[in-house]
Amino acid sequence: METFTTYDPGDFYDELIDADGKPRPGAQLLVDKIESLPPGDLTMRQKAAETLLLKMGITFNVYGRDEGTEKIFPFDIIPRIVPASDWQQIESGLKQRIFALNEFLQDIYNDKKILKDKVVPEDLVLSSRTYRKECEGFTPPKRIWCHVTGTDLVRDRDGGFYVLEDNLRCPSGVSYVLENRQVLKRTFPQVFDDSRVRPVDDYPNKLLEMLQYLAPDHVNRPTIGVLTPGIYNSAYFEHSFLSQQMGVELVEGQDLVVVDGYVHMLTTKGLKRVDVLYRRIDDDFIDPEVFRPDSMLGVKGLIGAYKAGRIAMANAPGTGIADDKVIYAYVPKIIKYYTGEEPILPNVPTYICDNDADRAYVLAHLDQLVVKAANESGGYGMLVGPHASQAERDLFAEKIKAEPRNYMAQPTISLSRVPTLVGDRIEGRHVDLRPYVLFGKEIYVQPGGLTRVALKKGSLVVNSSQGGGSKDTWVL
Amino acid sequence: MLSRVANSIYWMCRYIERAENVARFISVNLNLLLDLPSERGKHWEPLVMITGDQELFEEHYPDYTQEAVINFLTFDRRYPNSILSCLAAARENGRSIREIISSEMWEHLNTFYLELADPRFQPMALQDPHKFFKIIQMRSHLFTGLLDSTMSHGEAWNFARIGMMMERADKTSRILDVKYFMLLPEADLINTPIDNIQWTAVLKSASAFEMYRKEHHLINPRMVASFLIFDNQFPRSIRHCVNKAQICLERIMNGSANGAGSNPAEKLLGRLKADLEYTDIDDVINQGMHEYLDNLQTRLNQVGGAIGATFFNLKPLAEASAGQQ
Repeated sequence: METFTTYDPGDFYDELIDADGKPRPGAQLLVDKIESLPPGDLTMRQKAAETLLLKMGITFNVYGRDEGTEKIFPFDIIPRIVPASDWQQIESGLKQRIFALNEFLQDIYNDKKILKDKVVPEDLVLSSRTYRKECEGFTPPKRIWCHVTGTDLVRDRDGGFYVLEDNLRCPSGVSYVLENRQVLKRTFPQVFDDSRVRPVDDYPNKLLEMLQYLAPDHVNRPTIGVLTPGIYNSAYFEHSFLSQQMGVELVEGQDLVVVDGYVHMLTTKGLKRVDVLYRRIDDDFIDPEVFRPDSMLGVKGLIGAYKAGRIAMANAPGTGIADDKVIYAYVPKIIKYYTGEEPILPNVPTYICDNDADRAYVLAHLDQLVVKAANESGGYGMLVGPHASQAERDLFAEKIKAEPRNYMAQPTISLSRVPTLVGDRIEGRHVDLRPYVLFGKEIYVQPGGLTRVALKKGSLVVNSSQGGGSKDTWVL
Repeated sequence: MLSRVANSIYWMCRYIERAENVARFISVNLNLLLDLPSERGKHWEPLVMITGDQELFEEHYPDYTQEAVINFLTFDRRYPNSILSCLAAARENGRSIREIISSEMWEHLNTFYLELADPRFQPMALQDPHKFFKIIQMRSHLFTGLLDSTMSHGEAWNFARIGMMMERADKTSRILDVKYFMLLPEADLINTPIDNIQWTAVLKSASAFEMYRKEHHLINPRMVASFLIFDNQFPRSIRHCVNKAQICLERIMNGSANGAGSNPAEKLLGRLKADLEYTDIDDVINQGMHEYLDNLQTRLNQVGGAIGATFFNLKPLAEASAGQQ
């Protein structure tokens, strides 16, 4: 039976149900609706939603399998609800954080004041694999580096939100936010309407406005493109979706060529100049002349044209340094340094393995900590201490000793849970939250975001590559 | 529009048209068998002959049985022109331009492919082949209908139509070539008694039987060939396809400053169109049916190549000019 009567919120913060088993304010309508459904109805709605997603072709490619292996991103129809008061803190916290990180990027590639003032250790920045020497002395159009950000937030047992990591390169997932919403509107139309959920559909429009804002001032009607690695990329659906929603060209590296110092698209009518690129290709692959010479995805000469101010790009190259997982530990200090304010959204406490005292603590407490490599993403290069074997912990201890700069550790967070349909029962599953932030004329935080859910019982890893799914996020 | 996009939409439609033609050939052959109870085995080989891929077939299958041929032409992923391979290719192309085509087209194409690729649906091809191949043809027609009614008739649509017309002209010429060769191996046997059933099947392979009847009533090989090559109104005649492709190309070029016939694709297609207008079936028979059709196929291929060079593959040119600076 898909019911809440036997639901156990457990020893965690539950996003919909309080410790006494009562719906939290804002979740009452939804819980009542689910309780009123005849047995089997919720499962049927879940199936219908999955069929719809497959039919719409909202799939991602699984790496390392036969060609044509596509899956829908697993989706659970019980939404996560964020009350207005929580959202206010998230929104203002993210604006403050992104503003500060942008200042940080501008500073380290130019005056390096924060390094000279020894707030962030200079060698930590300069030794990062994601620090781009090529960007030194450069100021991007409108002085914005991180135009699109997806910041991962978690809620601990105490009910407080923490920033788990920043994603300032090519964060993906926003298309799922938009599509999940379309599906959920059809699944719970009345509850959705009555709950007064804030709309997320404005995102493509805001993204387009931001990209137009970046175009050189003398260009009246800028030509904008979304640069994708192509249909075999796992996020291809999103690239295609966003370009369709914005009504701009979706281009691959092979569609672009630099002639006379300007970037052009190859069209059926010859060459057409491009003014702004929303690129979804990593720095490493974007220009074989400057970065990896073996890249087949990029455009030869693109960085040259960019630095000459002949094309704008979002995000700027070099932003990866600001989401380095070791630099992350310094973000509260970075915020304080550039804004003079205390961070509104706290970090998860972090031990930096490059720091002798921290490293000693980490090595002694590996069974209690989560260890992360500085530049990995997608849940790779990670040790979840309490769930790992002694052999795995020993291996990580060796890695940390060999390359301390490359590791940091955090206490295991008891991620909050949301009721989730599992077979024909409703059970709690752990979630995180990735809101999307756009930095253009002003900073915009999409009211919602991607709630990723670890579908495996007890699992804390929400990444889609590791068995995670998603939920719609209702901000009230 | 982007060259890559034009290329994808052109090929997406070619592949759909190709899949439909294969389905129709199989359908017609199945019907033909009902009228020809003897010598079953011999009636499946010509189907593979029309595709021109006997070598690949014989590599993988010992005999031209019904099951083997249907499997090869329908589901064999090793064969790039099987219906399943065509749909996979059409869908790959469609996926790379889904922001260009309408979502109705994309969703239909996606479902079309996913269902054909689903092993649960495949036994039907052998158990109830008539129904199975009918469904494939109707789905392809639905796709063409969606193309016409849900997408603006702009540049992308015109490229789509050219792809479809070039493929259709090529397939009609192949059917005629193979069947003419099989049924009338010697060109002067025009007046020998002919096999009505077989010639009816030729017409049906191009969905042309009923329309032919209205126009010429009696079946006769010379008129069948004339109808399939030169008829001005029948939508699968070679002339009709070439005319429509030429109109689409003209529309594409009108958008730019160039005058008429200024690029290789326009020149080749325009000449082909004129030749079809000023040739009749007697000229063809004098020249030899096979020689004529062979030459026609070569010219269709040249047009395809010229379209590719003119609109789709600009990179080498652009890079050369970039290198000169």
